[in-house]
Amino acid sequence: MSGPNSDFDPVEVAVLQPEAVDAAREAALAAIEAAGDPEELKAVRTAHAGDRSPLALANREIGALPPQARKEAGQRVGKARGAVEQALGRRAAVLEAEHEERMLAVETVDVTLPTDRHPAGARHPLTTGAELIADVFVAMGWEVAEGPVIEAEWLNFDALNLGPDHPARTMQDTFWTEPASDHLVLRTQTSPVQARTMLTRTPPIYVVSPGRVFRTDEYDATHSPVFHQVEGLAIDRGISMAHLKGTLDHFATAMFGEGITTRFRPSYFPFTEPSAEVDLVCFVCRGTGTDPERDGTVTCRTCKGEGWIEWGGCGVVNPRVLRACGVDDTEFTGFAFGMGIDRSLMFRHGIADMRDLFEGDVRFATTFGSEL
Amino acid sequence: MRVPVSWVREHADLPESATSEDLAARLTALGLKLEALERPAEAITGPLVVGRVLTMEPEPQKNGKTINWCTVDVGDANGTGEPQGIVCGAHNFAPGDLVVVILPGGVLPGNFAISARKTYGHVSAGMICSGAELGLSAESDGIVVLPADAGEPGQEAFGVLGLDDDVIELEINPDRAYALSVRGVARDAALAYDVDFRDPCDRDVPPADDAGWPVRIEDPSGCPVFAARLVSGLDPTATTPEFVARRLAQAGMRPISLPVDVTNYVMLETGRPIHGYDADKLTGTVGVRRANAGETLTTLDGTRRTLSTEDLVVVDDSGLIGLGGVMGGEDTEMSGTTTRVLVESAHWDPVSMFRTGRRHKITSEAGKRNERGVDPTICEAAADRVVELLVAYGGATAEPGVTVVGTPPPREPVTMAADLPARVSGIEIPARRTVQTLRDQGFVVEEQGPDVVATPPQWRPDVTDPFDLVEEVVRVVGYDAVPSVLPTPGAGRGLTRSQRLRRRVGRTLAGAGAVEVVSFPFVGDASLDALGLDADDDRRRTIRLANPLSAQEPAYTTTLLPGLLRAAARNLGRGATGVTLFETGSVVRGGSSPTPILGVESRPSELELKELLAGVPDQPLHLGLVVAGERERAGWWGAGTSPDGWAGWADAIALVRRLGDELGVPLTTRAAVLAPWHPGRCAEVLAGTGESAVVLGHAGELHPRVCDAHDLPRRSAAVEIDLDALLALAPERVVGPELSSFPMAKEDVALVVDVSVTAAEVEAALREGAGELLESVRLFDVYTGAQVPDGKKSLAFALRFRAPDRTLTEAETGAARDAAVALAAERCGAVQR
Ligand SMILES: [Zn+2]
Repeated sequence: MSGPNSDFDPVEVAVLQPEAVDAAREAALAAIEAAGDPEELKAVRTAHAGDRSPLALANREIGALPPQARKEAGQRVGKARGAVEQALGRRAAVLEAEHEERMLAVETVDVTLPTDRHPAGARHPLTTGAELIADVFVAMGWEVAEGPVIEAEWLNFDALNLGPDHPARTMQDTFWTEPASDHLVLRTQTSPVQARTMLTRTPPIYVVSPGRVFRTDEYDATHSPVFHQVEGLAIDRGISMAHLKGTLDHFATAMFGEGITTRFRPSYFPFTEPSAEVDLVCFVCRGTGTDPERDGTVTCRTCKGEGWIEWGGCGVVNPRVLRACGVDDTEFTGFAFGMGIDRSLMFRHGIADMRDLFEGDVRFATTFGSEL
Repeated sequence: MRVPVSWVREHADLPESATSEDLAARLTALGLKLEALERPAEAITGPLVVGRVLTMEPEPQKNGKTINWCTVDVGDANGTGEPQGIVCGAHNFAPGDLVVVILPGGVLPGNFAISARKTYGHVSAGMICSGAELGLSAESDGIVVLPADAGEPGQEAFGVLGLDDDVIELEINPDRAYALSVRGVARDAALAYDVDFRDPCDRDVPPADDAGWPVRIEDPSGCPVFAARLVSGLDPTATTPEFVARRLAQAGMRPISLPVDVTNYVMLETGRPIHGYDADKLTGTVGVRRANAGETLTTLDGTRRTLSTEDLVVVDDSGLIGLGGVMGGEDTEMSGTTTRVLVESAHWDPVSMFRTGRRHKITSEAGKRNERGVDPTICEAAADRVVELLVAYGGATAEPGVTVVGTPPPREPVTMAADLPARVSGIEIPARRTVQTLRDQGFVVEEQGPDVVATPPQWRPDVTDPFDLVEEVVRVVGYDAVPSVLPTPGAGRGLTRSQRLRRRVGRTLAGAGAVEVVSFPFVGDASLDALGLDADDDRRRTIRLANPLSAQEPAYTTTLLPGLLRAAARNLGRGATGVTLFETGSVVRGGSSPTPILGVESRPSELELKELLAGVPDQPLHLGLVVAGERERAGWWGAGTSPDGWAGWADAIALVRRLGDELGVPLTTRAAVLAPWHPGRCAEVLAGTGESAVVLGHAGELHPRVCDAHDLPRRSAAVEIDLDALLALAPERVVGPELSSFPMAKEDVALVVDVSVTAAEVEAALREGAGELLESVRLFDVYTGAQVPDGKKSLAFALRFRAPDRTLTEAETGAARDAAVALAAERCGAVQR
């Protein structure tokens, strides 16, 4: 064993004394805990863990120790510096979390503020309504046929068993174009589309034709000279009124909900024979005739207590029409139906005034959005 | 058709228990649709009794009115048998008259409760009723004075007034003209209850002879049967019997005079319109022929009419005396002094009736029946019924002689497969049921093997085809019996591409904040003037309507803008701060050409069909759009964008270009001048480039005068394009891109050009000059001001370069940029800043 080094500088070595190292560590830890924000912690790091910090300086003195003392002093300083670094890390994490929390708190906004910088657009319920109807039929394998609104008189009338002297021609008050010799009308029904379809395609045919039609009606809450119809035509072998009933029952249920079915009443349309008016179970009172919102004693306003709503016309396609349109009436039969889209939407959505459909007031269409 | 239930019961043995509601429902189920059921007794609570006026003292009042203080014998109805004291304001009666009295405790329509009350210094114990108070007539024409034989004082008055008789109003379709008569309605009512029917036309009619009024028919196709009877000695003062007057009123016809009322009554009863002439005003033989060109006739409505050679006329030796089957002539009209009446009961060709009615714009009860078809076999019976009533109630004498010229054309039998009703209806209907059902309705039916041969009764002129027979069978079997079976079409092709794309158009625009509107497609000069269109503008070449809704808008529209601009102004007027509206709809420009009227017996030939379809004018689907007022709203975030600033025209163009992008059709713009747009702010919207570019329409800011004319804020903007043309350009199949993942190199260049040079020109030059390494070019700034000379502007573009196979070097990028700038310099005189 050798004796103490006589050259040993007691001052310089003092920083490596356990007490001194402990003191420096404690001072550093205290300063770290005291740091209130990342800036302060940065200064604390420089002061207590930087190159000029007491522990760094102490570390540098280790080399000055006699070899046998270096290990112990090194461990002591190393542990102290490790503790300080750990404390710095912990404190930094805490302070960052606190800082983030404060920042986020400061950035709080009122999320109930209006956000309507870009006003919503909308499609018209007549458009989306026609699409809804088309989709019901397309899902059954039908197709959607269309045609012009200014139409040949022959296609709008004659081909549909409405000859020039047919009393029913006056049933549909028609807009005629000038000169009369052009024989053009604003179509009074979408049936000419059916005639076009029969003339240009071979059966089986299953088409619906939604579209705009015209009659010289008054313009009021329940009538419009311009309105919209959807008509359907099925031509196939063995088609009967039962298929018509089945199709309309399905259509009614798809449009108005479960349990809403149809009934037929004999009627007259030149295009069909036999013909029927089709009524719909009132979907407001579900056929009871009384207002469900009240105590059951008040008459349902939608159906006026009838329990049924007039929906449209239908029937078996008159063989005369098949012949005029080139369909072999010995092989094929067909059915046809027609409903007002406007009217259907009015009672599906409780629209009281038909004119709202045509005024272009954005408050109307935006209520319905872009799909029905 | 309004029918009193009592009249129906007279001819159909309906069960006593059958209610009016049930009757109406059963008729509806047979195709005679209930329009309204009137139950007059419903609104009145008795005691309502017959009273005889005993005394009547006029008492002038201070207010200038004179009231009558009456005593009325109401029998024992008041419980005392004493005369009832009643104050009455009317004067159209006298002591001794029978009147209708409601006693205290009764209630009149409108919940008007009657009590004894003090008035004009008397206690008035009840009320002498007017027709209006009883709900019998719309306007008050004094109190009801009953016929002298109407009843005894104190008798309950509901029956006397017919108030216990419900009236069913039926909507009669054109194929059921037979039901425009009590005869027809009662026949279906009997069918509905399976009870006996008594035909009012089933009567013993004296046979025709040569002693009647001479009649000559020159046009038997127009007038196949003409029956005539003469009565004389008619008492001109004879009044219409109460039951006739009441039933006419119930049916909605005004009583006029005995002979007129009787002919109307028989028309309602039988369906056969009848005309009565004042025989003293007739000269010689009555004839029927077509009118000669230019002949005139003054009809009994006082209108002088110039006739067509298609009109059927009735003549005598003096000339024209009537428009056959439609309206009689004024000269031979029955009057208050008529004592001899020639009763005409003739069958007329329905088509001729229809045309004459339309030609002369005459709608009448007679015309309505004649043009739809009346039973031609009942002419004699109906005439005989008129004679019977004139004799019975008018004191007339039936002159001997019965004229009947012509015979009803026989009905053609209709052959139908016996199972057709079952096949068509989907209901199991055995052949014997079919046969029985038809026989029940008056058809003469024979079974021939698998077929049923049915000869329709003469009152069913509409039944000509097997399918007509089907309806007659199925309506009786009951439409309710039709089962519900879904047909099974084959696989469908779904929506067409155009249909799918149109949905896309709507969703795109709605997604961009535009609201769809639907306008009426009518236009007039004023709307086109408001757009500032030139006199020779194609949009003035409209197709006009012969019978427009409004004289101001007499044509089908050539542009969607008038409706859109109106809708925009309406929204702003109702408080909206800004709207973006769009509409899709067809327009037609350039007039029309004739289309043929083809035959209907068989399919037209290909040539005919081609001619027909070619004659229908093109009606392209257009898209219109208008941006007015604030487009983005102002709010807590700051100001909104408003067309009052700079953005209106740009928003309009952006919307249509966005639509092009959605449809896979990049759209470009080019300056254009076209009304109604601002001449410096109007763009042609083009698809494609160079020679193959197609002009789809226009977009931009509206001319300030157009804004003013439509009450829209200045700088409102609009678009109108041919949507069909745009949809046609949408690619069927898009080839997927190959994406390079090599780095992109950016180069910004600022180019100074004359202000007249367009951004698109510079961009095109840059694009072409930069070559294939260019990935995109985008203008990001436009500058005019101190940094550039007058008359110049600086356009700043961001160029992006990328190669598919390598990282570009700075040298490559720089060379491409320089080439781009060089071409811009050459083409557009651009100088790099
Ligand atoms: Zn209801």
